[in-house]
Amino acid sequence: MFRNQYDTDVTTWSPQGRIHQVEYAMEAVKQGSACVGVRSKTHAVLTALKRSTNDMSSYQEKIFKVDDHMGIAISGLTADARSLSKFMRTECLEHKYVYESPVPVQRLVSDVADKCQVCTQSASARPFGVGLLVAGCDQTGPHVFYNCPSGAFFEYKAMTIGARSQAAKTYLERHYTAFEDASVEELVKHALTALKETAQNHDINGKNVSIAIVGVDSPLKLEDQAGVQAYVEALGGDAVAEAPADAMAD
Amino acid sequence: FLQVSSREVPAMASLFANSAAMYNPLTPAGADMGPSGFGGSSRAAADPTPNTRTQHPIMTGTGVLALKFKGGVMLAADTLVSYGSTALYRDQRRITPVGDNTVIGASGDISDFQRIKTLINELNTFDESYDDGCRMTPRDIHQYLGRVMYNRRNKFNPLWNQLIVAGFRDGKSFLGSVDLIGTMFEDDVMATGFGNYMSLPLLRKAGTELSKEEAQKVMEDCLRVDYTRNCRASDRIQIATITESGIDISEPYQISSYWEYEGFKNTNFRGPRSF
Repeated sequence: MFRNQYDTDVTTWSPQGRIHQVEYAMEAVKQGSACVGVRSKTHAVLTALKRSTNDMSSYQEKIFKVDDHMGIAISGLTADARSLSKFMRTECLEHKYVYESPVPVQRLVSDVADKCQVCTQSASARPFGVGLLVAGCDQTGPHVFYNCPSGAFFEYKAMTIGARSQAAKTYLERHYTAFEDASVEELVKHALTALKETAQNHDINGKNVSIAIVGVDSPLKLEDQAGVQAYVEALGGDAVAEAPADAMAD
Repeated sequence: FLQVSSREVPAMASLFANSAAMYNPLTPAGADMGPSGFGGSSRAAADPTPNTRTQHPIMTGTGVLALKFKGGVMLAADTLVSYGSTALYRDQRRITPVGDNTVIGASGDISDFQRIKTLINELNTFDESYDDGCRMTPRDIHQYLGRVMYNRRNKFNPLWNQLIVAGFRDGKSFLGSVDLIGTMFEDDVMATGFGNYMSLPLLRKAGTELSKEEAQKVMEDCLRVDYTRNCRASDRIQIATITESGIDISEPYQISSYWEYEGFKNTNFRGPRSF
């Protein structure tokens, strides 16, 4: 009722104790296409559904490598995501320069969250409009974190963000107890099956899906189109759709 | 005695002569002074402010020794801080623990070591307060110190130390060295300062497969040799042992020494020649 009166800028509270601008920023995350992040004892996997504006355009990249031991999947404003991923990459390099070792995942996630929080308490900046699923491995094992535009972050065993992600969430809620001891292949299968639920007509293929896998003993690998297609085909069943032959998309 | 550097005296003199302490590019130092004499005095006139960069160490500690043994790593140093050739402070700690599995031993300037201790303790406090299950490894600390020392060297204002970083983590021993110009390396056996000449060959001969007790004996023997020949060493020592179960830095204790060698007593031992 009063939502429109108290939502002009991020420095205004509503009488219900909410900051509407931050909530609107979180809406932007829900508009982006879906991403799924899952974790086992040894690996963390990110999958994302890529969108292309039309048949002539390329698919928007959704997963970025941050360092050999860390990657992010984004949902929301891509420009904001690139800005944050540049920050994360720089921080990783600087940490490596001083300590010659990879930065612990939670510490970097916490720094990103602090960066997002600054924009929720400033009259001269808007909140970041992107949610990040961060998958990484450090000396305490694999992790999946979610960075929210509000400046909060949470660790998850399995998480999904973006459009129609509720369907994926339902799948994850039913199966997450099996993730801890799953093998890499099983983990990717779970992540892809969850992602499939969010795709229109359950249509996933090598072109519109990204997969990234990182493990305690294996550096982050962003699968190429052939690799993704192989994983999708391994799902079997009615999931597999051939990549459209006429698309010039990449 | 510790010489008051002749560099400082003319600088102090010209402090009174020259009121401008800030460098003005329009009137470079000495430009408004008359023709000066040859050599030294013109240099003094051109340097109105004293050089505040470290040029020589003042209160110093002598060499530190370190050795990997079976199941851990051992570091040893004496507890003497010298003021030039005066053995001034006889019970100082030149070994400091960092976190639960690393120690740092330092030789060289002690005030610079205290600065390093402050930096390292601050680093460790931040590391602990993250409270996220991740802790810095001995190698992280070694690399950090190397960066600090190298950056100081590049500003021509070094922290005048040779440091040894010793640690045990995830079943592996670590031993690394950093010096005042930022040279970093890792090895199984290490020494700084005079220890390089006196003790390193003995440590190398002992090898890295000793038991803890054997390693301790080797350390004491090496420090004994060092004490016998090094004017800046003392016989009051400390030994730090890092193993699976953590850090153990001993209280300082005195080692025995033997001075009754013929060569020490009788200066004609090598023939009719006096030193």
